[in-house]
Amino acid sequence: MEEKLVKFGRQSVSTREYFAPGHRACVGCGEALAVRLALKALGENVVIATATGCIEIISSCLPQTSWRVPWIHTLFENTAAVTSGIEAGFKALQRKEELPSKRIYCVAMAGDGGTSDIGIQALSGALERGHDFLYLCYDNEAYMNTGIQRSSATPYGAFTTTAPPGKLSIGQITWKKNMVAIVAAHDIPYVATACPSYPFDLIDKVRKGAEIKGPAYVHILSPCPTGWRYSTEQTIEIGKLAVETGIFPLYEVEEGKYKMNVDRPELKPIREYLELQGRFRHLPDEEIEKIQQRVEKEYHKVKDKCGV
Amino acid sequence: MRRVALEGSFAAAEAARIADVDVIAAYPITPQTHIVERLAEMVADGELDAEYIDVESEHSALSCLLGASAVGARTFTATAGQGLELMHEVLYIASSMRLPIIMAVANRALSAPLSVWGDHSDAMAVRDSGWIQVFAENSQEVSDLILWAFRVGEDRKVLFPVMVHLDGFHISHVTEPVLLPDKEEVDRFLPPYCYPLPLDPDRPVTMGAYGPPEIYSEAKKAQEVALRESKEVILRGWEEFRDAFGRSYSPVELHPPQGAKTLLLTMGSFSETAQLAVDQKRRKGEDVGLLSIRLWRPFPFEELSGAARDAHTLIIFDRSISFGGPGGPVACEVKSALYSEQRRPKVVSFIGGLGGRDVSQKEFEQMIDRGVEIVEKGSLGMYETIGIRD
Ligand SMILES: Cc1ncc(C[n+]2csc(CCOP(=O)(O)OP(=O)(O)O)c2C)c(N)n1
Ligand code: SF4
Ligand SMILES: [Mg+2]
Repeated sequence: MEEKLVKFGRQSVSTREYFAPGHRACVGCGEALAVRLALKALGENVVIATATGCIEIISSCLPQTSWRVPWIHTLFENTAAVTSGIEAGFKALQRKEELPSKRIYCVAMAGDGGTSDIGIQALSGALERGHDFLYLCYDNEAYMNTGIQRSSATPYGAFTTTAPPGKLSIGQITWKKNMVAIVAAHDIPYVATACPSYPFDLIDKVRKGAEIKGPAYVHILSPCPTGWRYSTEQTIEIGKLAVETGIFPLYEVEEGKYKMNVDRPELKPIREYLELQGRFRHLPDEEIEKIQQRVEKEYHKVKDKCGV
Repeated sequence: MRRVALEGSFAAAEAARIADVDVIAAYPITPQTHIVERLAEMVADGELDAEYIDVESEHSALSCLLGASAVGARTFTATAGQGLELMHEVLYIASSMRLPIIMAVANRALSAPLSVWGDHSDAMAVRDSGWIQVFAENSQEVSDLILWAFRVGEDRKVLFPVMVHLDGFHISHVTEPVLLPDKEEVDRFLPPYCYPLPLDPDRPVTMGAYGPPEIYSEAKKAQEVALRESKEVILRGWEEFRDAFGRSYSPVELHPPQGAKTLLLTMGSFSETAQLAVDQKRRKGEDVGLLSIRLWRPFPFEELSGAARDAHTLIIFDRSISFGGPGGPVACEVKSALYSEQRRPKVVSFIGGLGGRDVSQKEFEQMIDRGVEIVEKGSLGMYETIGIRD
């Protein structure tokens, strides 16, 4: 297909689709949208390794595939290691002149479970070793592929099937693990957050992460109508609210320097975000207030780091 | 060709160097560590042009090699015991996705209690993982079988990963004279690795898609047939090896070749001690022989039943336990391999040599006497142990 650029104001985006239509994601899936945008940003010179999870299951039922770029899936927790091997393989073969010399982006993709829980060891190892690769975490805040079980990225108070609210519990009783801080602590060249509700910001960050030599990480909040229990046309709105309420700030850490990408003078109340989602429906006012305070505190911590 | 005194571990590393591997990913564990330490040294000194990935676990070691092999790199790693167990799920990916990774396993007992010493528990736990598997008897075999493994595993008709087992300490840490071929000689034997459909931006492929029930069974059947059919290349690989380097190998070995009434069966380095016991008995005029298994997967059914056909008593020595099961895993395999034969020996199973416990020539002689006695009395039980206190 001829590549065309469609202009949106000052921004433009390629008409080429590397994530083929016809995949099996739920209607309104934020992850599938994020994958589509990320692939547009990466182009053709790429090899992708994906963890077990929604993305893999919706895109690769034999004998079909949604991937128009080279793609491999092996296991749930080893994606950073597989990508390390891909990078090392290209490096060795190009050095030994068994393959022509050219930059091929080596990209790992995994869910929040595959990243912040079972895959965190392999990820930490790959970051520390300094491979030239980009890691994209699609965070839908639970193990969605297996039926909405909690992960360490599930937010406080949310319903999941393994941390359900009940007479003695409000659901998730822990605060969301700060994966971005954990990754940034590895002192890698580039770390960022993104959300498909801000497509140009997402595309820019994926491109930047791929382009930068060494490890790069983009944490992408990917709203999930099925697991978060909201109406399927609200994905973009919910992602926007996550940013506007401050529960998911958009920022980047380049060579250790923090930069806020979207900063509102005043945050919207967290209630506006929580109210739209069935997973928070059971929360009493005092819990919502508790979340409000936590969000403000965390948001200001990030702002402080950014020096704004 | 050079003749050098080498520890078994270094013989393994030398073979990987001569095979000019592209990517090594490894994690230390006794008694394997000398293999990868030596490789790290070679890379650091520029004796081997490879990417050496110091991973944070064995799970990641093998996972790295999945990626490297899939882009078309020649890959090697080594592990043992707990490390092999930690790799477990990755082993199945390598074989099912047909990625010809070569791995040396310095066999080690499994915890608990923790033991760094040798036995075959680790190997038996991965028996059905779909890898081609061979057991070496000494350092020369380690080096030879690793070179052969690259030749066979990477063959387009095969494309399976290969595990070369060498007994922890008994081979890995013993220094023996080893004949090492030169790089030019090996280049004639081992063609460059050329993966048919690598991950390549110019020709996008999807690897590792999931299999719905309409496809999964056929995929597994195809894999099983392919592994069985790899036998042809396995045998041809050994013929080519003999032509190139003058040493011959076969799936099983029988001494004396015409067989004997009573056979002792072993696998791995203990075969050399068992051979001494058998020779001693023969000097006394007893009709005893030794049968050793080199090719463990795909299992050499024909060769084994051919070699055992004329025996009356087959005494099998295992270095691991199938807990709550039918005794030793090797005995169990051999019994089922012989079951449909018209003429077959009575099989007696012994277990010993666990967690580094030595088995002496005397004990092998006792095993033979006891085996014959059991068969004469007709008192075949499940299994007996050797050298283990009650
Ligand atoms: C070792 C292992 N444990 C558990 C599973 C089952 N499993 C597959 S995907 C998955 C959850 C995936 O969650 P996440 O990484 O957040 O991705 P999502 O599906 O939410 O996009 C689980 C638990 C597995 N495949 N492998
Ligand atoms: S469960 Fe959620 S993440 Fe998974 S496909 Fe459906 S909408 Fe997407
Ligand atoms: Mg998830």
